[in-house]
Amino acid sequence: MSLPAPATPTSPEGLALHLEQALQLLGHSGQPLPPGDPTSPGWLQGLIDALVDLSSRDALTGLANRRAFDLALAREIDRVARSGEPALLLAVDIDHFKRINDSHGHGAGDQVIRAVANALIDSVRPMDLVARIGGEEFAIILPNCASAFGETVAERVRRRVERMPVAVGPGQEIGCTISIGGAFAPQWVRSTPSLWVERADQQLYLSKSQGRNLVRLEPSAVSVVSTEERRLLFETSQFLDYE
Amino acid sequence: MTAAPTPSAGPSPRIMAVTSGKGGVGKTFISANLAAALARQGRRVLVLDADLGLANLDVLLNLFPKITLHDVFTGKSSLNDAILPVAGGFSVLLAGSGMVEYSRMTPEIREQLQAVILEVEPKFDHVLLDTGAGISDVVLYTVSLAGEILVVVTPEPTSLTDAYATIKVLATTQGRRRFNLLVNQTRKLGEGRAVRHQLQQVVDRYVNPGLDSPVRLELLGEVPSDGAVRESVLRRQLLLDLQPGAPASVAIGNVATKIVGA
Repeated sequence: MSLPAPATPTSPEGLALHLEQALQLLGHSGQPLPPGDPTSPGWLQGLIDALVDLSSRDALTGLANRRAFDLALAREIDRVARSGEPALLLAVDIDHFKRINDSHGHGAGDQVIRAVANALIDSVRPMDLVARIGGEEFAIILPNCASAFGETVAERVRRRVERMPVAVGPGQEIGCTISIGGAFAPQWVRSTPSLWVERADQQLYLSKSQGRNLVRLEPSAVSVVSTEERRLLFETSQFLDYE
Repeated sequence: MTAAPTPSAGPSPRIMAVTSGKGGVGKTFISANLAAALARQGRRVLVLDADLGLANLDVLLNLFPKITLHDVFTGKSSLNDAILPVAGGFSVLLAGSGMVEYSRMTPEIREQLQAVILEVEPKFDHVLLDTGAGISDVVLYTVSLAGEILVVVTPEPTSLTDAYATIKVLATTQGRRRFNLLVNQTRKLGEGRAVRHQLQQVVDRYVNPGLDSPVRLELLGEVPSDGAVRESVLRRQLLLDLQPGAPASVAIGNVATKIVGA
């Protein structure tokens, strides 16, 4: 793969920079090279941005990779602890992936992973983060997802994959399914990303052991305040101007 | 009343849990300034930052503690060394930010927290337990160690709902019957009474019918929305020190008087 060779870039102090490998990596990954004068700070910033983007993506699927996921998860759990906004973490795993690899080859396995990645992206909101965190493992962080909607979202994701044919060769299509486990971040409480992942993983384990192609969410504490109680709490006009 | 739900041999009334349900209603602000107001009336006061996971009393008071509850729990320091006198004339016992692992209550932490509270209790006239937000097991357990409960609530729907949920859970799971209310950030005079009335009405309708004796909500006071509060928080100073004449300062002083007179 040949690249346009820029003039030897230099740092603002005039030192020659060795960027061949960085540029090669970007070129190889199909990233556009930063435009402009290769000796300018703006160009270097563009190069750094492109490398940051590259280092946070999974090469096969283009999804966020493990590194980006860990960072996002830590940020999200901090936000939830302070703001009390509910956030859902879904752990996703392709069912019987080894079987797909064994009977159709690794190329087919890669096709399935790519197809599932696209299906996941398609079935969640743009603000949600979809990551590939292992071989056939994915994770989705859904900020500001009310607990009442968790099941609906996860089911939508599961069904989207279930209905999706994957082309693995000329005229050859296979189906695949995923198992999903989910847990909400603890509101108002300081927790750790690893604890959150562990809780989602426990649910994933349940959906695997209970037959696969299932969604299991950690049961949230039942709301202790009913709609009628809420209505009576706010029924007088004095609170209307706070709504 | 032989079957009184709160036994007289229960936690000392000098220990008061400050809780709220919802976060961000000024719970820690109230705890710190109420402690200062009580201290000004000659009381020995300790504020224990019982928000083990999300402690921020140190932030509010601009403290950089070297020794915290975490060190006491791990046996690195004695309890006496961890009790810090602060500028407001009271003492604090801080949780420390290294307490991430305590966001879930283990039996060991239960015992340690209880031991700490039992040990400090005789040395002070008032021990305020600044609990975390929400109704987590940490919060419920902390409240169970207190003889009195102060619920901080603001006159807005989410705070009201969460305060109500807290009262309901404590009444049904811990047999609590007496709740002190402090209505914070009121926008007009008498709003505190209106909030108490509203909460009491829903409690009477939905909680009390199932109980052997009714839950009573006591209004300790209302603290008006006051620009000086925000300023004191930003400057990390006690409002009572910064602006003792501010309406919110005066209101907190009145609450202290009520507690002392009780």
